[in-house]
Amino acid sequence: MKNIFKYTFAVLAVGFASCEPEFDNPVTDEGFYSNGTANFSKYVAVGNSLTAGYSSGALYIKGQDYSYPNLMAEKFGFVGGGEFNQPMMNDNLGGLLLNGQQIAPNRFVLAVDANGKPGPVRLEGTPTTDIANKLSGSFQNMGVPGAKSFHLSAPGYGNIAGVPTQAANPYFVRFASSDNATVIGDAAAQNPTFFSLWIGNNDILSYATSGGAGVDQTGNMDPTTYGGNDITDPNVFTHVYSQQVDALIGDREAKGVLINIPEITSIPYFTTVPTNAIPLDAATAAQLNANFAGYNTQILPGLASMGVITPEEAALRMINFSAGQNFPIMTDDDLTDITAILLGPPFSLPASTAALLGQLRQVKADDLIVLTASSVLGTTPDPNNPQGIMGVTIPLPDQLVLSTKEQARVKTATNAYNTTIQGLAGAKGLAFVDARDALLRLADGGIPYDGGLLTSQFVTGGAFSLDGVHPTPRGYAYITNLILKAVNNTYDATVPTVHVGDYPTITLTNN
Amino acid sequence: MKKLMIFAALAITAAATTYAGGYRVSLQGQKALAMGHTGVAVIESSELVFFNPAGLVYLEDKFNISAGVSGVFSNIAYQNTETGANVRSDSPMATPLYLYASYKATEWMSIGLGIYTPYGSEVKYENDWVGSHLVNNIKLQAIYIQPTVSFKINDKFSVGGGPIYVTGSVNFNRNLNRTLTDLDGNRANVEIDASGINNWGWVASTMFNITDNLHLGATYRSEILLESTDGDATFQNIPNSPLTPFSDTSIKAAMPMPAELTVGVSYTFLDDFTFAFDFNRSFWDAYKSLDIDFENPAIPDSKNLRNYKNSSIYRFGMQYNATEMFTIRAGYYFDETPVQAGYFAPETPRNDSNNFTAGLTVNVNKNLQIDASFLFSHFNEVDASYDYYFEDGTAVPFSGTYKTNAFVPGLGLTYKL
Repeated sequence: MKNIFKYTFAVLAVGFASCEPEFDNPVTDEGFYSNGTANFSKYVAVGNSLTAGYSSGALYIKGQDYSYPNLMAEKFGFVGGGEFNQPMMNDNLGGLLLNGQQIAPNRFVLAVDANGKPGPVRLEGTPTTDIANKLSGSFQNMGVPGAKSFHLSAPGYGNIAGVPTQAANPYFVRFASSDNATVIGDAAAQNPTFFSLWIGNNDILSYATSGGAGVDQTGNMDPTTYGGNDITDPNVFTHVYSQQVDALIGDREAKGVLINIPEITSIPYFTTVPTNAIPLDAATAAQLNANFAGYNTQILPGLASMGVITPEEAALRMINFSAGQNFPIMTDDDLTDITAILLGPPFSLPASTAALLGQLRQVKADDLIVLTASSVLGTTPDPNNPQGIMGVTIPLPDQLVLSTKEQARVKTATNAYNTTIQGLAGAKGLAFVDARDALLRLADGGIPYDGGLLTSQFVTGGAFSLDGVHPTPRGYAYITNLILKAVNNTYDATVPTVHVGDYPTITLTNN
Repeated sequence: MKKLMIFAALAITAAATTYAGGYRVSLQGQKALAMGHTGVAVIESSELVFFNPAGLVYLEDKFNISAGVSGVFSNIAYQNTETGANVRSDSPMATPLYLYASYKATEWMSIGLGIYTPYGSEVKYENDWVGSHLVNNIKLQAIYIQPTVSFKINDKFSVGGGPIYVTGSVNFNRNLNRTLTDLDGNRANVEIDASGINNWGWVASTMFNITDNLHLGATYRSEILLESTDGDATFQNIPNSPLTPFSDTSIKAAMPMPAELTVGVSYTFLDDFTFAFDFNRSFWDAYKSLDIDFENPAIPDSKNLRNYKNSSIYRFGMQYNATEMFTIRAGYYFDETPVQAGYFAPETPRNDSNNFTAGLTVNVNKNLQIDASFLFSHFNEVDASYDYYFEDGTAVPFSGTYKTNAFVPGLGLTYKL
């Protein structure tokens, strides 16, 4: 009898397994979602770290899983999308090796220090992604962290021999089709039917994150002469960018989406550290003011009257502390260097004092102090000199502050690039995403999502990862929806979107 | 043919159909199930231990025993048109059992014993599916053990009842929220395990024989609260950080097995036909919230609002003694869901259901019968949501379209002496 039960159930089990409930209109049915006038069968994404899925200071497997191209490709699967391969990293640490030597650090995680204070720290461990191990096959995510616009068209950008001299990019080395390949060439060779292009961020960003340490190359049409932290000439940008768009469209008349460049003022790397971060009591402020009295009342007016500096510069350079929160002192390489003059008569200052005052001013409210300054401000770098305090008696180096002059250069270039991007999108009938506007809205009040408010607030806002520049997976999900909506609008498609709240933010871990 | 037409008419009058709202599993006898799980007024077998103990004293035979098992194949499909998310449950076959025995001790008194499983649930989704912050899998079991006595007041009227001892267990796994992971991206989850949860309840019933062919019955089964005071909570994939409070601990939680009132009538006509109607009222309003109280005070308690409402089931059944060898049965019931709008959680995704049953008994000999039944539960496709999941104080509704069904074949034996 027991066997009869057993066999009966076995037969029935097979029978009923096929009696799955069916929806009237299953989302998996062809035609439930529409591809509109676009063909998503071969999607190729081209760009920089943002396209690669870089987050919290590194590229790692989980971050790549949540890259916006990967999220988009997943949804394109409902409307005829094909295979989408990414050049996956080897681990979740994120660092890079070159023949065993580490050349890129691991990712940041949020750790709690001995005093119970949470903050970003680099994840410990030896990374296992050695760029000498080339990946085989073609990859539809052609996001190359660190790439500027002209790099995408530069032959040899994936040649491992160029990595030590920074002529090549270690990420592209992993999957370039040959030593002489270009990113855009490898992308176009895949004959995409649909593409996304988000490039140009690094053309201003490295200048900004280095506190304007580079040069504004506007007017210099030869990018091979640029340094890593320079601003790319807008005409160079327009030239390479339109060539890249043409290459991606090809004679296939591929459809695609272009994404513009956000303002640096909308990312926490520049908005987290307040400009008046130095707390002082009245007595200390008075003593500091006494120290700088000679600079304020004799040197600056004297140099102005001698015509060495303008009266405006003299006013800008005045140092003034008071009880409460104060602006730190800084070195500004846009100021006239007066070191040599101070060494000679009538000032005849000692060399150390002359060097201190050479390009000295106090940070202003419209300057931007970069995120990495938070670990420097108020510290005493020389343990034997408790009086040597960063920002108080030692000026912040120029590369920790983005002055208003430097900001203006960045903004001018950004606007120029964005004019090119939007103009090309219109001229070529491509979808256009105003990422600049979207990130400004994140920074200005935030964007509601299914689970709260997404903001640019560092660590807690949800949109930005622990490097202060790149989004979290949740931030990338927000961008994914922006792009998909623009694609749907432009091409009359109904590609499904993502629930932003389903995607994670920062990772908590104590090493 | 005549009886088939009657069933068709019944099926049309009721608009919609499942196998029971909430986590009630109405599979307490193959004979009754084949008749739409009617039986409060049907004097047929020792299935009466469950359906109406008072009726036991009217059974013709001195000794009756019934046992059976069902195979529950239940399927849930979920989709969300906004994201394209689509998921199918992967629930294993559940096998609820029953065993009833009765013995006519005297002309006016019968005693009996029943072991049955009226509540239970087993739902399994793919781990980390889009609703995994609500449930990955759940298995709820409750075994009722019921000694029974039945007294004949006279030929028209009897009463019966007895205490019920319940032993239950629950195993439940869900992700802690939508996004928390360990370093490698594995989703953090908690598994609640509580077993050997015991409690007592009772059943009381009455049978009224208006004529030899017309019977009325009523049964009330009390609510039984399964309350665990030393369950285990096991946390997995928790990041190594003092910013998360999760570590393995013990839990307290309670889940009600709601009270149920059944009244019904049966009528035998043309000698070989029996019609039965049962009305169930299930007092689901006892299920307000599934609260998990973690022993470790650092871990916030888990409150999961359910707010079930009382619900009704309308059952119709027919029996025809076709030949000496075969008795055939069919039935239908309409099962109202106890789940209110906005409380539709994927752990028990039940909307109103239309249920169709059929079965037969083979009289092997004068003492032994083989009972077979089949139940098909049909749920209409429904757009529903669970609106009471919160992240950092913000409600995050989980919505989508559900389509479920269930196929339940069952086999049993009846022995009479």
